[in-house]
Amino acid sequence: MTPIGWLQILAILLIVLVTAVPIGAFMARIFAGERNLLTPVLGPVERGLYRIAGVDPAREQSALGYTLAMLAFNAAGFALLYAILRLQGVLPFNPLGFAGVAPDLAFNTAISFVTNTNWQSYGGETTMSLFSQMAGLTVQNFLSAATGIALAAALVRAFARSGSATVGNFFVDMTRATLYVLLPLAIVSALVQVWMGVPQTLDATTVATTIEGAQQTIALGPVATQMAIKQLGTNGGGFFNVNASHPFENPTALSNALEIWQMLVVSTALVFAFGRLIGDRRQARALIATIGLILVAGIGIAYWAESAGTPALVAAGLDPAGGNMEGKEVRFGLAASAMFAAVTTGLSDGGVNAMHGSFTPIGGLVPMFLIQLGEILPGGVGSGLYGLLVMAIIAVFVAGLMVGRTPEYLGKKIEAKEVKMAMLAVLILPTAILGFSAVAAVLPAALAGLGNAGPHGLSEILYAYSSAAGNNGSAFGGLSANSPWWNTTLGLAMILGRFAYIVPMMAIAGSLSAKTRLAASSGTFPTHGLLFVGLLAGVILIIGGLQFFPALALGPIAEQVQMLAGKTF
Amino acid sequence: MLSQLRPAIVLLAFFTLLTGIAYPLAMTEVAEALFPHQARGSLIERQGTVVGSSLLGQGFARPEYFHPRPSAAGANGYDAAASSGTNLAPTSAKLAERLKTDADALRAAGLAGPIPADAVTTSGSGLDPHISPAYALAQVPWVAKARGVEEALVRGLVTAHIEGRQLGLFGDPRVNVLELNIALDNAARMPGAKPPGGDAVPGVSSAF
Repeated sequence: MTPIGWLQILAILLIVLVTAVPIGAFMARIFAGERNLLTPVLGPVERGLYRIAGVDPAREQSALGYTLAMLAFNAAGFALLYAILRLQGVLPFNPLGFAGVAPDLAFNTAISFVTNTNWQSYGGETTMSLFSQMAGLTVQNFLSAATGIALAAALVRAFARSGSATVGNFFVDMTRATLYVLLPLAIVSALVQVWMGVPQTLDATTVATTIEGAQQTIALGPVATQMAIKQLGTNGGGFFNVNASHPFENPTALSNALEIWQMLVVSTALVFAFGRLIGDRRQARALIATIGLILVAGIGIAYWAESAGTPALVAAGLDPAGGNMEGKEVRFGLAASAMFAAVTTGLSDGGVNAMHGSFTPIGGLVPMFLIQLGEILPGGVGSGLYGLLVMAIIAVFVAGLMVGRTPEYLGKKIEAKEVKMAMLAVLILPTAILGFSAVAAVLPAALAGLGNAGPHGLSEILYAYSSAAGNNGSAFGGLSANSPWWNTTLGLAMILGRFAYIVPMMAIAGSLSAKTRLAASSGTFPTHGLLFVGLLAGVILIIGGLQFFPALALGPIAEQVQMLAGKTF
Repeated sequence: MLSQLRPAIVLLAFFTLLTGIAYPLAMTEVAEALFPHQARGSLIERQGTVVGSSLLGQGFARPEYFHPRPSAAGANGYDAAASSGTNLAPTSAKLAERLKTDADALRAAGLAGPIPADAVTTSGSGLDPHISPAYALAQVPWVAKARGVEEALVRGLVTAHIEGRQLGLFGDPRVNVLELNIALDNAARMPGAKPPGGDAVPGVSSAF
C-alpha cells in the first residue's frame, strides 16, 4: 500500500460525494414530478409516448399494481431479448456472421440482462453480433437500471407519504428514469470515454500487420455507448470477454476513475434524493456514512491483501514490493484494481478491471463477501436503495427489541408484517446462494466447469451463485459457465435474487404507504446519529457474516491458510 | 396484468428504438466527427500500414525489441479478438510453475536483482499494452546488444517513453511497449540521430 494509492481512492470517493448531491436533488425533482432543466425538451416526448402507450401519468398504482406493471414490462423485455439472441444469425449488423445463440445461453443471457445482473457465460467479441450488443443488450442496460430506480422511487414515496393507497406509476417512473437521468448521463459520458480512447464504430474488426510482420486481428464495435450505460446503470456486462480490464473498455487510469465514478454516482445520488423526498436530509447522511465505512474497509482489506502478494510470486524471485500483479493491468496498478473490485461488488455492477479469481484468497474474499452483504454500498442503481432500506428496517426492529418498544423508521411504525417481509427478502440470498452451491459442490456436471482445484474450486462455485443471486455479474473467471447446468441454475438464481426480493419489498412499500406518518417523540429512536450508523453497520455485517461465514471458511479462508503453508493444487 | 401489456409493449418498442438503435448510431456519427482517431481504435500507421493500436499490446519475439508481459489472450497470446486472463488461482500449481519457468528464463537472459512484478505475471485482459519502467529498463542491455547500439541510447529512449501518473495522481508509471519499439526502429533508421523524445506515433494517447 502506498500513500498515493490511498490518495487516488479517496479522491474518487470525494468526487462521487460532491457530484452526487446535485444529481440527487435533480432526481428528487423528477420523481416528485416537478419541472426541471430538461422538461422543455423531453416533456412533449414524454406526453406523446404516454398517449400512444395508453398510460395516464396522473393515475397512480397501488403497490400490487406497480409490481404487476414492473413484472409485465420485464417479462416483455426478456421475451424480446431472448428472441433477438436466438435469431441474431438472420438479423442485420452481423458482420462476423455469428450464428444464433444456443437456447441455454440465450436464456441465461436474457435473464441476466433483464435482472441487471449481466453475468456473461460467453465472450462478447466471439459470440454477439453488433445488433445483439446494441438493440438487445444495451437496451436492457438502460431498462433494468430504470426498473431499479423506479422501484426505489416507489419505496421512498411509501415512507414520505401518509395514508396513501398508491405508490406512483411504474411506467412513468421508468420512463423518467431513462429519459431524464440515464440517457443524458450516458450521452455525455460516452463522448468523454471516446475521447479517452474507447472505440465507437460499426466495424467489427480491423487487421493490423505488426512490425514483426505478424497479423493481429483487432475486435472493435460500438463499445463506448455500451460502456457508459453499463457503468452508470451498475449493469457491468462487458462488450469484450475481459470486461473493463480490456484496454478498449478502459484505456487509461483516468478512464478507470471515470468508470468507478459512474458506478457510484447514480446510486449515491439516489440516497441523497431519498433524503430530500422524505424531507430529512440527515437520514440520507447517516446511510451514506454507514455504507462509506464498510466500503472503505472493503477497499482497504483488498488493497492490503493484493499488496502483500503470494508465496508463489516470492518463490519465483519477484520483487515483493510489486504485490500480486497476476490478472491485473499495469496502467491501473494495485490500488485502482482493489478499489474497482470492492466498488463493483459493494454495489450491483459486476464489471471488473482485474481478474478476481487471480486475487489472493483474502483479496478475492472481499468482493465475494460484499456481494453476500446484499450489495448495499450504496446499492447500485438496479437494486440499490431498497436493499439498504430493508436492512434499516431490520436495524430499527433490533433496536426496538432491545428497549421493548414498537420500532419506527422515518415516522412509520414498523410492525409484524414489515419485519416478516424484510426477513423474507433477506433470506432469499442465502437460500439461493448456499442452496445451489451445496448441490453444485457434489454434482459431476457442475464440477466439470471448475478451472482450479482445492478450496479455490469451492470459491468459484460460491462466487458464481453469489454473483447471480446478488444480480452482480462479476465472476471468478476460472469457472467455465457456458454449459446447460450452469446456464440454467445461474439463470434461476438471478430470477430469485431479483424478483423474489422485489415482491416482499413492494409489499412493505404498500403497507408503509397506507400508514400515517407520525411526528418524532421523545421515545423515538433517532435514525440519523452515530448510534444508528453503528447499529446498521452491525446488522449488515452480522447478518452477512453469520449466514455466509461457514461457507467462506471452507473457500477463501481455507485457501489463504493453505497458501501461507506453501500448498498448491 | 393484461391491462399492463399495452404500455409494456409500446414502451419496450420505443426504448429499443431510442436506446438500442438511435443512441448508438447517433453517437457513432458524433464520435466519428469529433474523435475519429479514438473512435476507430487508436490505430497506429507506419508507412501507410496499420501496425497495431496504441491501446493494445502485441507479442514481440525478436531480441531487438522490448518484450511485453506474458499473455493469455488466444492460443499464442495477444489475440485482440479473444481477450482473456489466465484466471489461475493464487494456489494454482500451474501458475507457480509458469512463474518459475518465466523467471528462470529472464535470469538466463541476464536480469539481475528482483524481477519486476509485471514481468512474469499475465494481465487481466491479455492485451496489456504497458510494462513497468523497471521491467523496461531491465531489458535495455539485451535489446542494445541485439541491435549493436550503445545502452545509453536505448536507455534514453525508454526514459523518454515513461508515462507518469495522469493528473499527477491516477495510475502507475508505465511504458507503452509498441510505441517504444516503433521509436526504437525510427531511431535506428536515422543513424547518428539522438533518441527522439516525441516519436512518430500520431494521436492523443500520449496526452494521457
